[in-house]
Amino acid sequence: MWDYCGHALETARLRRATYADVRVMHMRQRDLTTKNGLVGTLGQSESLGLGIRVVANGAWGFASTDALTRQGVAACAAKAVAIAKASALAKKENVHMAPEAAYVDSWQGPCLKDPFEIPLETQLELLLAADAAIRGVKGVTLSETDMQFRKIDTWFASSGGSKIHQRRVISGCGIVATCFQGDAIQKRSYPNSFGGQHILGGYELIESLELLKHAPVTAEEAVALHSAAQCPEKTGTLILGGSQLGLQIHESVGHPIELDRVLGQEANFAGTSFLTLDQLHHLQYGSSIVNVVADARAAHGPGLGTFAYDDEGVPAQCIDVIKDGQFRGYLSSRETAHLIGLERSGGTMRTEGWNRLPMIRMTNVSLLPGPWTLNNLIADTDDGILMETNRSWSIDDRRYQFQFSTEIGWEIKGGKKARMLKNPSYSGITTEFWNSCDAICNAGHWVLWGTPNCGKGQPMQTMGTGHGAAPARFCKVKIGTAFSRE
Amino acid sequence: MSAKKTMPATATLQKTVLGEQLRSERELRAIVATVLRLAKSLDIEETEVHVEEVIDELTRFANNTIHQHMAEHGLTVSIRTAVDGRTARVTTNRMELDALRTALEGSLSLAASQPKDPGLLPMPGKQSYRAVRRFVPATAVLSAEHRARAVKHVCELAERNGQVAAGIFESGQSQTVLGNSRGLAASYRQTQAEFSVTMLHGSAASWAKANSADVRRFDPLSLAKIASEKANRAQNPVELPPGKYTVILEPAAVLDLAGFLFYDFAATAVEDKRSCFSERLGKPLLGKNISISDDVYHPEQLGAPFDGEGMPRQRVVLVDEGVPRNLVYSRRSAKKAGKKPTGHGLGLPNEFGEAPMNLVIEGGTSSLEEMIASTDRGLLVTRLWYIREVDPYEKIMTGMTRDGLFLVEKGKIGRAVRNFRFNQSILEMLRNVQRLGPAHRATGEEAFEMVVPPMKVGNFQFSEVTKF
Repeated sequence: MWDYCGHALETARLRRATYADVRVMHMRQRDLTTKNGLVGTLGQSESLGLGIRVVANGAWGFASTDALTRQGVAACAAKAVAIAKASALAKKENVHMAPEAAYVDSWQGPCLKDPFEIPLETQLELLLAADAAIRGVKGVTLSETDMQFRKIDTWFASSGGSKIHQRRVISGCGIVATCFQGDAIQKRSYPNSFGGQHILGGYELIESLELLKHAPVTAEEAVALHSAAQCPEKTGTLILGGSQLGLQIHESVGHPIELDRVLGQEANFAGTSFLTLDQLHHLQYGSSIVNVVADARAAHGPGLGTFAYDDEGVPAQCIDVIKDGQFRGYLSSRETAHLIGLERSGGTMRTEGWNRLPMIRMTNVSLLPGPWTLNNLIADTDDGILMETNRSWSIDDRRYQFQFSTEIGWEIKGGKKARMLKNPSYSGITTEFWNSCDAICNAGHWVLWGTPNCGKGQPMQTMGTGHGAAPARFCKVKIGTAFSRE
Repeated sequence: MSAKKTMPATATLQKTVLGEQLRSERELRAIVATVLRLAKSLDIEETEVHVEEVIDELTRFANNTIHQHMAEHGLTVSIRTAVDGRTARVTTNRMELDALRTALEGSLSLAASQPKDPGLLPMPGKQSYRAVRRFVPATAVLSAEHRARAVKHVCELAERNGQVAAGIFESGQSQTVLGNSRGLAASYRQTQAEFSVTMLHGSAASWAKANSADVRRFDPLSLAKIASEKANRAQNPVELPPGKYTVILEPAAVLDLAGFLFYDFAATAVEDKRSCFSERLGKPLLGKNISISDDVYHPEQLGAPFDGEGMPRQRVVLVDEGVPRNLVYSRRSAKKAGKKPTGHGLGLPNEFGEAPMNLVIEGGTSSLEEMIASTDRGLLVTRLWYIREVDPYEKIMTGMTRDGLFLVEKGKIGRAVRNFRFNQSILEMLRNVQRLGPAHRATGEEAFEMVVPPMKVGNFQFSEVTKF
């Protein structure tokens, strides 16, 4: 693979590219699903190719190919240079990149049990057993389970002298029980909705989830939701479960801090951000107990945003995003770092595959834990609603106004978890919401949740991001608007 | 080895730089034949081979300059085997004989490792297809330089108007060849071009977009002028209270909202009781002025005339004057329901069954101008954003207005309005349609392209307002 990298870089140099970086990626994937006791999807795929990004005439060009021959690679590199020269027709200024040292390294993410080495029969047997356990609950009209595994090898080389190989294994799994009754559809998912939990790791994730233990409870809750009271419409106290809070962080902190959005580079599609450059170090983003980091280092945990080097060859870092409630940092790249006074990139450039450009993406954007246990937090809440497991999410294109709904809610009365509520939802304005946070649960409740489906860019790239969160409490939140018919 | 010696022949490089072209259909058919021969030599009961080639180039601009500019060229082969009521798929982009053999054997191994599926049907035999012509050479030859020059003109327009332009200009071509061991052979190729532009004027913004097989069907500069004029008008928005408003939805807004209905028309979704049409077929559900079909043969549609198994796509009337009448069927769901397959099956194996990919909502005769002129008080909506399902059976969707929301008063467009969040049932919306414009191919960001009309809708529910 290094030969292909070297040949691409040399071709770019000969064609007068002033900078080039190249990624050869080998991506393998296995997808398994079941539905109502039958195997649904059963497939594997692999994709091997090369993408090269160059600066020529002061502008960017990128080309990719799966023709991994010397001729194919050279043609691809030449095309990238030609595209860069076309880009220069409409350039304002030359590309400027923050300096970065050259690294020669090889890194492998955590993976105790290679999921591709686990017999498929074992994996299907578990999913079908969980599927059966869901259907064993009367009233369930649809049972679904899924597993997804990926193994990604990346060989990165740059004209700056870096040569980095990384291997990342990603595993994901989830189950869903759906119940159609009367004029409503209710569902419950475990351990999270929209595909379950995903980590940088191996089959050990699946074994830790105890699917067979949780399947009946998940199914019973889906059926019980039909008899539950409707979530009231009011302004009140809200406690968010960890996985829902993870998505709240993703949408209302992770995306607004992407510097490419802030600079208008995503204005046509993903949108911009309310976090204009003048807000840095000035905006009170949240209450004083809110601390958020963007941490790609392995020490943060096996998240979907964990790596050793980003796709520009910049080492993984931990960035303070919100410190004691104050806005402290953006996600940056080599091209954007100088715009916020940084001498080097924050190391957040990531690509979906060999045929896509790296772009600024979330790493693991996590809310640091507080001192509370969940029991103490509930006991401390006189009147509130606990909401768990995302059902829908939406936020405006500058990341101010959001609305989320969850699969299930629980009334909190007099410090105790009371009746179940159906169709819970809440909404608000990002900074008002985070400033209303008055309690965060401790490290014992903290989970690094994986969001495997973050979409951004044109052409669209899907990326996995990590979000560590423990349950937390928010005050004076607008609740129940999604189902209001007034 | 010296650098010079490692360079390929100049002629090859020139061809690549000036514009790559798809391989011949014969080359792709040869890959299918190779896999089928290998399968026969391994005595595999049934084999299906799907070869797909994609060339795509995209020029992306923001802040009145090109900031990303990419090209990709990929070829994949996807192999499905079926043995004794078991099936599985393996996909690879490696075309060496050994890699194809490994993929084939991998598929066989996956298939064998699962329980027997009593509902799995034998693969279909030879089919005949209605011809569609969706490959336009003018699109296929579009170069990076051509796109860059068009973008430059758009950026110059923005600068002249004191605005900032962002967007994409994309052109591409693709082909697919499908064959199986029972003699089915299908092929299709198309081109596609897309231009999307956002014009930012201070803190205001507006947007325009077009998508077609033929790049000559739209003019980037004209689209940029539309977005520029609307962005100018979108400045200094007033805040209105949330509530129920009469709305005039431009085609992109209709598409991105109504497009979320597509999977509800799948027979498998109804069978699984997750469709909003479960237990509602044959009953009046939408307004009498609403008729919806799926029609891949509509002249403004794109897409192959066959489905994931190679069955010919049929035109299906889904909603007739407000009454949901029919669903789309794969071979499997058709057999279960005692119906004929409609050619909408997804590639097997999958749990979703089928889906209509070429919806056409029948239009009317009202122009956008007539809709505005007939409105005493309402809102003109350019597009909607971040739409998600809140309630699957009532089909309540939430999302935001974006890039140009305007007050309409006494038949005229007035002030810009701050963006709203909506929580609106699509079914209810399609009962409240007061006027329909002519239906054309529309393109947005939430749903894939369809043929839809602009609509004037009463009692559209906005629940909250944002800060811009």
